[in-house]
Amino acid sequence: MSAASYNFAYLDEQSKRMIRRAILKAIAIPGYQVPFASREMPMPYGWGTGGIQVTAAILGPDDVLKVIDQGSDDTTNAVSIRAFFAKVADVKTTTATADATVIQTRHRVPETPLSDRQILVYQVPIPEPLRFLEPRETETRRLHALADYGLMHVKLYEDIAHHGHIATAYAYPVMVAGRYLMDPSPVPKFDNPKIGGCAALQLFGAGREKRIYAIPPYTRVVSLDFADYPFERYRQQGTCALCGADDTFLDEVVTDDKGGRMFICSDSDYCEKRRETASAKERPHD
Amino acid sequence: MTDDAPLLSVRGVTKWYGRRLGCRDVGFDLYPGEVIAIVGESGSGKSTLLRLLTRQADIDAGTVSYRMRDGSLRDLSALTDAERAVLRRTDWGFVHQDASFGLRMSVSAGGNIGERLMSAGARHYGDIRAEAARWLARVEIDQARIDDTPDTFSGGMRQRLQIACSLVTGPRLIFMDEPTGGLDVSVQARILDLLRGLVVDLGLSALIVTHDLGVARLLSHRIMVMKAGEVIESGLTDRVLDDPREPYTQLLVSSILPA
Ligand SMILES: Nc1ncnc2c1ncn2[C@@H]1O[C@H](COP(=O)(O)OP(=O)(O)OP(=O)(O)O)[C@@H](O)[C@H]1O
Ligand SMILES: [Mg+2]
Repeated sequence: MSAASYNFAYLDEQSKRMIRRAILKAIAIPGYQVPFASREMPMPYGWGTGGIQVTAAILGPDDVLKVIDQGSDDTTNAVSIRAFFAKVADVKTTTATADATVIQTRHRVPETPLSDRQILVYQVPIPEPLRFLEPRETETRRLHALADYGLMHVKLYEDIAHHGHIATAYAYPVMVAGRYLMDPSPVPKFDNPKIGGCAALQLFGAGREKRIYAIPPYTRVVSLDFADYPFERYRQQGTCALCGADDTFLDEVVTDDKGGRMFICSDSDYCEKRRETASAKERPHD
Repeated sequence: MTDDAPLLSVRGVTKWYGRRLGCRDVGFDLYPGEVIAIVGESGSGKSTLLRLLTRQADIDAGTVSYRMRDGSLRDLSALTDAERAVLRRTDWGFVHQDASFGLRMSVSAGGNIGERLMSAGARHYGDIRAEAARWLARVEIDQARIDDTPDTFSGGMRQRLQIACSLVTGPRLIFMDEPTGGLDVSVQARILDLLRGLVVDLGLSALIVTHDLGVARLLSHRIMVMKAGEVIESGLTDRVLDDPREPYTQLLVSSILPA
């Protein structure tokens, strides 16, 4: 089948308009989960069909797309999604954060600060932050309507009671613009401070759960905590074995079968750029 | 009965479930510090009435008014959902026969008690925990159980925990639906003792639904007898139990041994 037999960006115009309306509503009510009629995509849920639909709805022919999975451009998931849009929308793709206009992500916020010319699209598995303690959807909607978020603090209370500290390390709950409680998707809490006040528009798509939510540029986003147990950013103590960064989020990789390990930047593009800059400095006359 | 103005004022409350009557034309006043027991046979509308008063279900006719902390008497129907929610989680308490309605069974005892504090804005872990521990002691649960979940508790402990959860925000009114139903007699007696002490010490008002006239005798100042959705007799507890006027009440009293 040739690319021409698809509508631009795969979805038909009707569906894209419907998704854009949901996105606009989501931007108007920061942090609020807007229901939308999630479409079948040619890949299974869990592959980020929510993020893919959002990306499909906002992509224009001049956009430059980057797709990351856990910070990496090279996982099967990231490669397939990038290839998918290269085929069905014929857009340029990149691995360079700074060059992208749309970045679809799973589980990370890039280390490179984003600009107001960029949109970050998150793939979301479970949009409801209260789901863990309150499985009834009617009840969680009521709690959101009344901004009754004591329950979320119960989760953090339980963390401290059982572990001595707030053990939640991913999908760390935030309050958006002082109104809605939001799950930032399973990004490490290290990334939470980057979500608040971000210059880029941030969109969140949950395909199976049929929800879209958004954080407009420069929105106040606060990680929940207690006065005596304040929110703490967490990263593995260590430096990147490749670029030497000591302030990035690190992945631990096993290097052999004898227990050898090292840390490397989870954001592979950021790591690469740092190494390029370093080697350019070493060889100034090239 | 320490005050002239009623805390809760109920007039003409009626509820139909399709063509079946839930309750009809119920009216009464509950005064600060007063405990009223609602008794009657199964299906007579006791739980329905409690749900209507707390607005967990909508009423078809009648009004329920509540005296707010600022002294104003407000029709609950005229309050916003948010105002009613605040009443429910701060000024009112609930003790259900089935503890799983009132507790989060997989959250620790401390977390259960703390939830109402956190909903009311408490954001200091140490303070919340200290308050939870204090309330565990108050309801006679070993403080060492503070991090255990209620699904590891006995039936009696679960009821005690519900009571602690209800009282931690300093409510003025407690709604109880068969709070000791299903417990064995000795456990029941100790919980009733506890409740009686707390109601007096804290000056609480309470509405308690019960099958058990012994419970009503022990805890309540007044009794309302319900039959087929209507209040057929009401009065001071001792008067109703010792000198029942309605034949139905006489039957009820004679068929059950008072405590
Ligand atoms: N949600 C409902 N839908 C339909 N009918 C209901 C509903 N709830 C209660 N009823 C009916 O209303 C009447 C009163 O029920 P209610 O549960 O209030 O009785 P009760 O006095 O609490 O009984 P019990 O002592 O067994 O708890 C019954 O006829 C019952 O079948
Ligand atoms: Mg009942």
